[in-house]
Amino acid sequence: MIVYLLCFTLFLVGLYGVLTQRNLVKIVIGLSIMEISIFLFFTLIGYIQGAAAPIVVRGQVETQFVDPLPQAMVLTAIVIALATNAMLLSIAIRLYRKYKTFDIREMRSLKG
Amino acid sequence: METPISILLGFMIIGAIYSLSARDLLSAVISVGIVGYSLVICFLLLKAPDLAIVQIVVETITLVIMIAVVLDSTRIIRPQKAKGFVYFRYALSLAVIVIFAGVLLYMWSAPDLLQVFGDHTTRMSTAYIENAANATGSANLVTGVLFDFRGYDTLGEATVLFTAVVGVVTILRLKGKK
Repeated sequence: MIVYLLCFTLFLVGLYGVLTQRNLVKIVIGLSIMEISIFLFFTLIGYIQGAAAPIVVRGQVETQFVDPLPQAMVLTAIVIALATNAMLLSIAIRLYRKYKTFDIREMRSLKG
Repeated sequence: METPISILLGFMIIGAIYSLSARDLLSAVISVGIVGYSLVICFLLLKAPDLAIVQIVVETITLVIMIAVVLDSTRIIRPQKAKGFVYFRYALSLAVIVIFAGVLLYMWSAPDLLQVFGDHTTRMSTAYIENAANATGSANLVTGVLFDFRGYDTLGEATVLFTAVVGVVTILRLKGKK
């Protein structure tokens, strides 16, 4: 059970980073930490003690497999997380070129 | 299996906290690599080789992009003196600490709702496991689920990926207004 709690703790660390950091790169890092904790949580749920990896081998005796459904979902999510992170970082580069800083306090003309 | 994953998770939490508190952005990016690559080992321990392969590629690409972003900049975060409202800031951080502790306490009750770790029963994917090899012809069940049973999911994923690539190209190519 302790693994689930450590997973939640990792999520909270990422959330803390997103809420408190003033640097754009640090905010992206916090988001990616949150994503990683969610990936690990899904895979932890699908794990079965003593089961084999979900790959069928010819001539294999009947064995139990780890749940393949959470793994397939996490596989989708990892690729989407890469895409969103790349997009966030490209926005950060644009803002850096305009304001010469990653600090969100100094981007005054973004204020509504 | 629970102990090595717990140790790795503790390692990941330390790396995450360090990367959020580092002054130099380059060391922050490198220590977020600790988190990503520890996740690869966790996937291997959890019998998910496909995820481990994908995660190691994705983590490397993310690290390369982040380092490219950081090396292009001044890197060092200059701490700024807080102006005014000192007591307000203290009160705010106290409130945040209380809220986080509350959320964590609430999450302590969540594992009771989940099944015990390592004691999962496949409900939805039983049919997938039984039929995947014959129905899809794929020896790898994850691939069978991803590209056959849930093919529309993968189509949506490809759409998101394409949109993100178009977005990145558009953002980086635009001429900024002076």
